[in-house]
Amino acid sequence: MGNASSTLTQYDIEEVQEHCNYLFSQQEIVALYERFCQLDRNAKGFISADEFLSIPEFSLNPLSQRLLKMVDGLNFKDFVAFLSAFSAKASLQHKIERETQLPIIASKSVIFKVYDIDGKGQVTFKDLLEVLRDLTGSFMSEEQREHVLVWVLEEAGYTRNSSILLDDFVKVLSSPGLKMEVEVPVD
Amino acid sequence: MAEALGSSSAEMDLDRPNLEEYLPTDSIQDSPKNLHLRDLLDISPTLTEAAGAIVDDSFTRCFKSNPPEPWNWNIYLFPLWCLGVVVRYGILFPLRVAVLAIGWIVFFSAFFPVHFLLKGYPKWRRKLERKLVEMMCSVFVASWTGVVKYHGPRPSTRPHQVFVANHTSMIDFIILEQMTAFAVIMQKHPGWVGFIQKTILESVGCIWFNRTESKDRGVVGRKLREHVQGVDNNPLLIFPEGTCVNNHYTVMFKKGAFELGCAVCPIAIKYNKIFVDAFWNSKKQSFTMHLVRLMTSWAVVCDVWYLEPQYLRPGETPIEFAERVRDMISARAGLKKVPWDGYLKYFRPSPKHTERKQQIFAESILRRLERK
Repeated sequence: MGNASSTLTQYDIEEVQEHCNYLFSQQEIVALYERFCQLDRNAKGFISADEFLSIPEFSLNPLSQRLLKMVDGLNFKDFVAFLSAFSAKASLQHKIERETQLPIIASKSVIFKVYDIDGKGQVTFKDLLEVLRDLTGSFMSEEQREHVLVWVLEEAGYTRNSSILLDDFVKVLSSPGLKMEVEVPVD
Repeated sequence: MAEALGSSSAEMDLDRPNLEEYLPTDSIQDSPKNLHLRDLLDISPTLTEAAGAIVDDSFTRCFKSNPPEPWNWNIYLFPLWCLGVVVRYGILFPLRVAVLAIGWIVFFSAFFPVHFLLKGYPKWRRKLERKLVEMMCSVFVASWTGVVKYHGPRPSTRPHQVFVANHTSMIDFIILEQMTAFAVIMQKHPGWVGFIQKTILESVGCIWFNRTESKDRGVVGRKLREHVQGVDNNPLLIFPEGTCVNNHYTVMFKKGAFELGCAVCPIAIKYNKIFVDAFWNSKKQSFTMHLVRLMTSWAVVCDVWYLEPQYLRPGETPIEFAERVRDMISARAGLKKVPWDGYLKYFRPSPKHTERKQQIFAESILRRLERK
């Protein structure tokens, strides 16, 4: 594989950093590039779904298929942008500033996008059911899942036919706050 | 090497101890509170695990070969390095190829006569063939200037024992074989390696298996047991990891070697990366290229420790036995243990683990639902 940082110039690093809203340090971007090159076996410039699935820990995650739709075929810049939602700085940012003041909170928007996988801009009952199905598998019946969802939705003031928007997500997930952090190993 | 990918391929029954002990199962916290919308919408723990795996995972780390730090960066080191390259490629390499060629010629001219002429004297034939194979392996080791230090009592040739070692490259076998003629269990390879496997290694006693055939395991298990009982057979060497790992980690040992009802003698091998990294990444290069790389480096330095024979303890399962021996080898060679099966290089993990996570989550929801 060779020395990864020699193929990534300072300009490239700064461009990527800007694209991810400075949520990663330059060292972390270099480390992520090494990882990207390691996963992208034939240097195509993107990581295929198969290469993601060759990571056993990823493959056995219940939401791996939904996440694959989001990360399959991303180039390095977008790969970093996706992961920036999980950077320690993203969480810190939203701890320091009030949630309502941040236009889009990176971490919550990733969660929203996982639900709204077809990008309609709103999350329907069907989306909620699909994610719950991924998370519970054959250990809950379809009726049980629907029952649970209807119950919690009504308790929160929604109905079965409501469409949930990003702002609703932000509101619901605000308290007591979200911990979604991944550490990038820097040599 | 054949790569079997995709969910359509046969599910591997990956036998292993409780993986949940190693993986985080914090997908849902055990809280007695009632169920709210937030609890269902908050998939952050699961997403964090997935993102964590994308950023760094303990399995891929086992097969990563870190490039050595360059040291040839200034005005006098660079010419020195260039001189070194000239010596290595221009003088050492041809010399070594010559040594290897002469070694092969001597070996074949002695082996085939012995093999055919001494058919009537099996004991003598076996003894001579063993010596010849040991000699050939020494020639190999010399061809990459192997500096091998052996520690511990040398293996003895007696029945009811099996040797296990950690696996970094096929040269592990050569290094061990030069000291003792082991019988070995191997994956069948194509090309010239396959030819050598078929002709020469048959004489020291070899058992073949095919990774991609799941029924193969029963057959192989039987052959192993038969071999271990035989008095005249060479001691059997097994690499229970089942694949080459980068010599910084050990992956899980397969239990096959540990349920034969005999003594298990662990061997730990640790390579010193000072001149060359001996890890053979079979996906990245062929064995020939790997050998060429070794032959164009200054030396291959390694330590081999023969450890104390171990027996299955009362009440211990073969998997626990395997883990215990893996602990010994990892501790001796300074390797870190990871809870993954080496075959995950070629196959996807069994859905059993995903199902376990789903079960935990589903049960916690149902439990809280009942409380309302």
